[in-house]
Amino acid sequence: MKGLLIAVVFLTLSGVATAPAAGAGRYPEPDFESGYVIPTATTPAPNAPSWEYLHLVVLAAVLAVTALLVLKVRYRAGVYILMIVSLAYFGFWRQGCICPVGSQQNVILGISDSSYTVPIFVIGFFFLPLVTAVFFGRVFCGAVCPLGAVQDVVALRPVRIPEWLEHALRMVPYVILSLMVLFVATGAGFIVCRYDPFIAFFRLSGSAFMVTVGAVFLIAGIFVARPYCRFLCPYAVLLSWGSRLSWLHATITPDECVKCRLCENACPFGAIQKPTPERIAEPRERGVKRLALLSLLLPLIVAAGMVAGWYAGTPLSRAHKTVYTAEQVYMEEAGLTDQTTLESEAFAAAGRPAADLYEDAEQVRGRFRRGGALAGAFLGVVFGMKMLSLSIYRQRDDYEINKAWCLSCARCFNYCPREQARRSGPREQDE
Amino acid sequence: MKNDDKKTKARRRFLAGGLGAAALGALAQGSTAGRRADRPVWQLDPYLCSQCGRCATECVLKPSAVKCVHAYAMCGYCELCFGYFLPGARSLDESAENQTCPTGAIRRRFIEEPYFEYVIDEPLCIGCAKCVTGCNTFGNGSLFLQVRHDRCLNCNECAIAAVCPADAFVRVSASRPYIFKGENDSTSGGLS
Ligand code: SF4
Ligand code: SF4
Ligand code: SF4
Ligand code: SF4
Repeated sequence: MKGLLIAVVFLTLSGVATAPAAGAGRYPEPDFESGYVIPTATTPAPNAPSWEYLHLVVLAAVLAVTALLVLKVRYRAGVYILMIVSLAYFGFWRQGCICPVGSQQNVILGISDSSYTVPIFVIGFFFLPLVTAVFFGRVFCGAVCPLGAVQDVVALRPVRIPEWLEHALRMVPYVILSLMVLFVATGAGFIVCRYDPFIAFFRLSGSAFMVTVGAVFLIAGIFVARPYCRFLCPYAVLLSWGSRLSWLHATITPDECVKCRLCENACPFGAIQKPTPERIAEPRERGVKRLALLSLLLPLIVAAGMVAGWYAGTPLSRAHKTVYTAEQVYMEEAGLTDQTTLESEAFAAAGRPAADLYEDAEQVRGRFRRGGALAGAFLGVVFGMKMLSLSIYRQRDDYEINKAWCLSCARCFNYCPREQARRSGPREQDE
Repeated sequence: MKNDDKKTKARRRFLAGGLGAAALGALAQGSTAGRRADRPVWQLDPYLCSQCGRCATECVLKPSAVKCVHAYAMCGYCELCFGYFLPGARSLDESAENQTCPTGAIRRRFIEEPYFEYVIDEPLCIGCAKCVTGCNTFGNGSLFLQVRHDRCLNCNECAIAAVCPADAFVRVSASRPYIFKGENDSTSGGLS
């Protein structure tokens, strides 16, 4: 009977309940006579920011030691040990956030959203590996990045990927970079963090989907060395730009290449370039013609990229919360669906007029279209330049490292007989 | 060859200069910002939360870093707590089938006639917001969700924020990491 009574109380109250929106103060504050003291809820503090500065100092230190190990000591085992240390520290102990790869998005957000200011240590995380790359190549990838490290330890049976495929797949990071910038600048979120395949692994916790993706990457990584680094990582684009111009860069041989071919298959990432075969004499004007044609084509490719980007903007904008909520609310209002979603329910509860939401959504779509056109133009330039660079013949006499692709892991050094000679002491060098 | 080298060097100097300038600019921006707000952390605005339930399911941690918090000063200490009892509860006692909370994380304690205190047992709470809905619709709204910073990893992008239908998640300063109900003017959001 008491149950019935409670049900009645609930029912009568549910009528009343709609009146005060905030729901506060329906029942008066009690007057305690027993001397009861009203407690307050606890507020445990987040980690002190000084921790973040410690991480930054560790990052700088590990970068410096790696550069030393790769460029001066030339010692793969040392690089490997350092990589394991970084993996333990930045990956499993620190559990990922924030990492230089993700920090790119904070920097973009700091530029595009005036209400967000990038904390200094985040700026440090973003710039340190890049500045290092300009001086010493991608040493960050070699032994510091936890995402790279976890892939490096599983790269046990790397297979060689055909060169044309490698070149084609290496274009994907540019697409990811463009999408990343587009999504941050339009307020759609941090997709590089959302789809980070390894962070669930570092935390030993995460959504079932991302755990599966991570497992697939790690298994694929046994045969395709560092698949994320080579064919997805957006930060790799910036690092490779820096590394191309690096002041000092890892070299296969400590002194001169004797063209023994021993290192030919040493690099699991396809970053060793063979000497070019004797040039088959090509009539000069044919080369010139081809170059002229390509440079004429370049503006066309850029224009095509812009148009494609503009049209891709609308479907891409569906990833934005405002847009998918607006589309759902519109469908419901037009009677096209009787299913509501959590988004449309939350929107209804907030009591805003639907027209406002539609207007917001239209603005987001506009941002996506304009940003998409810019991203398309950028990709056009990148693809055009790639075609140009592939069609220009460059003479290469020695086995050389491709500075853009080299991850400074120091694997190839051991394959070089000149390196072996160097190791066995200065005695031989004197002779 | 030599010429090429020179060019690369010039380019490198240019790039290094550019990077340096950008770093300085960013630092300058960061340091002025440093005075305004230190490190941001994630928090949810309880005045915006629609109790959708995703806080329990979307956090990268299991159980979630989001938990229920009780603003005791707002509570009516009711015998019939709408956060504690399911609508249609058979009797007002502590048996599990009467409780809103799926994990039994709310502890009910008699204080004095007719008042009862409700305390959240945080290790048991999964942040499902069921009690919050009850308390908001029928009671004083003194139960609400908060990101608990002893648990939160402060992900660069909070996985719940990415899907919160009410857009209740915001970055707040680490020095004021909570948005409590009943602390400020109770009709406006805790953010100002
Ligand atoms: S390519 Fe990207 S993911 Fe790989 S090691 Fe470098 S920064 Fe890390
Ligand atoms: S996801 Fe948002 S609306 Fe849902 S319970 Fe969490 S804060 Fe509330
Ligand atoms: S009902 Fe849900 S949010 Fe409330 S105390 Fe229980 S587990 Fe926590
Ligand atoms: S920041 Fe990460 S750990 Fe914290 S509440 Fe969000 S998803 Fe959970």
